[in-house]
Amino acid sequence: MDAKIACRDVWKLYGKDPEGFLAAHNGDPPDDAIAGDGYIPAVRHASLEVFPGEILVIMGLSGSGKSTLVRCLSRLIEPTAGEVLFDGQDLLKMPAKELIEIRRHKMGMVFQHFALLPHRTVLQNVAFPLEVQGIDRGTREKRALDVIELVGLKGRDGYYPRELSGGQQQRVGIARSLAVEPDVWFLDEPFSALDPLIRREMQDEFLRLQTMLQKTIAFITHDFDEAIRLADRIAIMNEGRIVQIGSPEELVTRPANDYVANFTRDVAREKLLTVASVMEASTDGETLSDTTVRPTDKVADVARLIIDSERPLRVADDTGRTIGAVSRAHVLDVLFSVEADAHG
Amino acid sequence: MADAAVLGGAVPVRRWVAGSGQSGLRVAVLLLAPFVFVLAVSPWLPDWLRMVPKDWSAPFVGWINAVVEVLRREEIFGLLTFRDITRAIADLIDYPLDFVEAILVAGFSDSVPGLPWIAVTGLAIVLGWYLQGRQLGIVAGICFAYMAIFGKWELSMVTLSVVLVAAPIAGAIGVALGVLAYKRRWFETLLWPILNVMQALPHFSYMIPVAIFIGIGHKAGTIATIIFAFPVMARLTILGLKGVSPEVREAGIMAGCTKRQMLWKVELPAARPTLMVGVNQIIMLCLAMVVLASFVGAKGLGHDLLNRLRSLWIGQALEIGVVIVFMAIILDRLSQAWAEKEPEHAREGPFHVRHPFATAGIAVVVISYVLAAFIPALQLWPKSLSVTTAPMWDAMIDAIVVHAFDYLELIKDTLLVHVLIPMRDLYLLLPWSALLVFAVTLGWYYGGWQVAVIQALFALYLAFAGFWERTLITAYMVSFAVIVCVIIGSIVGVWAAAGPRRTKVVELILDTFQTFPSFIYLIPAIMLFNVNDFAAIMAIVIYATIPTTRLTIFGLRTVPHDIVEAAIASGCTPRQVLWKVRMPLAFPAIMLGINQTIMYALFMVVIAAFIGTTDLGQEIFRSKAENDAGKSLVVGLCVAFMGLMADQLINAWARERKKVLGLE
Repeated sequence: MDAKIACRDVWKLYGKDPEGFLAAHNGDPPDDAIAGDGYIPAVRHASLEVFPGEILVIMGLSGSGKSTLVRCLSRLIEPTAGEVLFDGQDLLKMPAKELIEIRRHKMGMVFQHFALLPHRTVLQNVAFPLEVQGIDRGTREKRALDVIELVGLKGRDGYYPRELSGGQQQRVGIARSLAVEPDVWFLDEPFSALDPLIRREMQDEFLRLQTMLQKTIAFITHDFDEAIRLADRIAIMNEGRIVQIGSPEELVTRPANDYVANFTRDVAREKLLTVASVMEASTDGETLSDTTVRPTDKVADVARLIIDSERPLRVADDTGRTIGAVSRAHVLDVLFSVEADAHG
Repeated sequence: MADAAVLGGAVPVRRWVAGSGQSGLRVAVLLLAPFVFVLAVSPWLPDWLRMVPKDWSAPFVGWINAVVEVLRREEIFGLLTFRDITRAIADLIDYPLDFVEAILVAGFSDSVPGLPWIAVTGLAIVLGWYLQGRQLGIVAGICFAYMAIFGKWELSMVTLSVVLVAAPIAGAIGVALGVLAYKRRWFETLLWPILNVMQALPHFSYMIPVAIFIGIGHKAGTIATIIFAFPVMARLTILGLKGVSPEVREAGIMAGCTKRQMLWKVELPAARPTLMVGVNQIIMLCLAMVVLASFVGAKGLGHDLLNRLRSLWIGQALEIGVVIVFMAIILDRLSQAWAEKEPEHAREGPFHVRHPFATAGIAVVVISYVLAAFIPALQLWPKSLSVTTAPMWDAMIDAIVVHAFDYLELIKDTLLVHVLIPMRDLYLLLPWSALLVFAVTLGWYYGGWQVAVIQALFALYLAFAGFWERTLITAYMVSFAVIVCVIIGSIVGVWAAAGPRRTKVVELILDTFQTFPSFIYLIPAIMLFNVNDFAAIMAIVIYATIPTTRLTIFGLRTVPHDIVEAAIASGCTPRQVLWKVRMPLAFPAIMLGINQTIMYALFMVVIAAFIGTTDLGQEIFRSKAENDAGKSLVVGLCVAFMGLMADQLINAWARERKKVLGLE
């Protein structure tokens, strides 16, 4: 499958003459040269792909370059070097006019602090991207009302942003970004400014919308719990580099380095790991229990069964074929022995 | 140190200073040493390094007048002179001016009268109610009714019409320049220093060039007002646009805005709060200027006030002063309420439900016209029914003079003889080279060599513009007044910052006082002390104390709570909390207040020349009488540069101080 949006070897350096500096080092300057010449690296050597319908979460602490990277993907920030491919076309080589067209029809973005226009009502805010395209008022307002209903703000269309709560304001931000029915959806820490309870509610809302809409999503967060809740895959960034890209499960079971391992340490692993990732593939010689679990089951959901059974449980795929076994010891490993997994 | 590059050679010196426990003393010694040295050796210096020789002045005045002459006489493309063009443009201003005046009071013809006074008053009530609430509506109603009942209706409406015409034009010019500066970097670098100088130029410096290119009269006053008021809007537009949150801008880009859509649909609306601060300021500046513009023939309240003051009819002058004050208060409150008004979702229903205030406004106008057709007193308040307060004011002043004359004279004479005159003589003795060295030292220490060079250029200009002695006299009056202002301001500020109730009361008083046009402050000074240096200083003090007080309160009240709590928890007495914690942290803010106080004082000192001083202001007045545009500009720049020197030094100092305290 071709990536919907991808970037290759993207660099963003701040300093006197970043292009010249990169060229002088053949596009890959060592760290001490960057620091020595007074350049600040926001993004280094970043490559990633987002496939159609996928949620890629870009995760990192503040200053890790995740916001800069996502802005490079939408060309809100001009990368110093690299390629950004949108449907196979290089965004960075695109003339301004075409870029505006792509933004008007194919991209939507949600911002951390909502970025609503304070002088416009909810309706006018949501209709704004349609308005700048020159769509007539009747059509755009009808479309905007549909999206407002979709995000659960029906009846609030005449309100001004300051008359709404934070969660409601972000619903407006989401509605605005969806108004043009974009293919690609960028969300820059959309729930970070909200209370924990509201954040949870908005995450559910987001997942609900995504099940309906199947957008291609780049979602930024600094919250690892949020990342594993929402992500199909996670890209972890540190000091401008992408340290590791993988499914939440991969990150937990096979962290690329200590930095990643640090994030994954406190994760409720039993909720994340599937039976497939902890089972033993060879079943030779063992007498298995009659009870069967599937490889896609989360460990947390079947833990009781496994622990209550004297013998290891049989793991069977959809066709009923035995593909492995899972024992009490495995479950206890998941629940308690972090180190064992980290080195597995 | 982040700006080591800027400070350059000053850095090692600063390290040396910082390395000592008593750094305050060392700094003082270091900064004063060069000045004292020049002072000490001055008896051996050649004369020209002490006093500027009379025949050495740079012929700035002549140059400017030569340019003016060319612009007046020479024809461009053999068709029109520059003056013809400016006059033609100025004539355009007559249309909106006549139109607004006709609506407000004059009427379009005998058969189509202007708005009856009850209509204007009613509209003011509706507007106040709409913008903020019933209370403001009532205040607006009282202010306007006062103008009518006390017989100042026509004068007030003429003044108001100038404000209503000048403010939007000045605002539009300001926004346009601001947008251009925001879009084009080179234009900003060009515009910013010009704005700085324009905002530091005293009111009168604008008037003579305007008088020369446009002539004397009502529209010249209006043009001077526009020119005086637009810089603040340009500045706030730039600040507002730069302050738009990057996310909002990105949201605009992601929606696919073109550059033009970005500006009009995203950036300008998002900058609204800052722009509205500009609207309020521009309205107040217009009012202040239109009162003063009576000097070049603007009609209205200022014109009558000027005449009364010239004839020393203090009671009548006070009466007009009160009307101006009312006008200032209501314009300020209304424009602030407008700035603070947040949009609200509209109710559903027919027109009068969706737009209740528009409906009320229309009703007021219709009903007023109908009533006024039958009752003429509602069209224009009859002279015979007008109340005058002048005799009351006169009686009050008489009483003060009779009972307090001796004391006032005593205070005045003591100060004049023992403080003011010796201080002036001392200033006049100071060699210009010593002052130059002093300014350069301060500039170098706090801002690096660039600031030092600018300080030197300003100081050289002051020395060789041909008005050195007047500059010193101005400096003496301003510095004395500023010292008094700082003493009063910081005491009142400390007192007011001690509790939220006090703060509220004092801030209300300050807000109100600040809205008054500066001209007003001459009235009590003349009333009590007649015409002399002392009265001038008193007028300056009343006017210029405001910013120091305001920023002292602000500085003290914005000290972070946890720091104060930490101090209390460490066992500080309230006095120790104030002196050891709050004052040091508030000091940068207080210094910025003093900076503004200096600016205010310089503005006022020029206006105060009206009551007879011998400083630069007097020269500006003289140049006005002689229609000498060159001189008025050169002298105006003297005042402006004095202000800018202080401004630059204090700002450089405050920036560093804030950085040290982590208050940025």
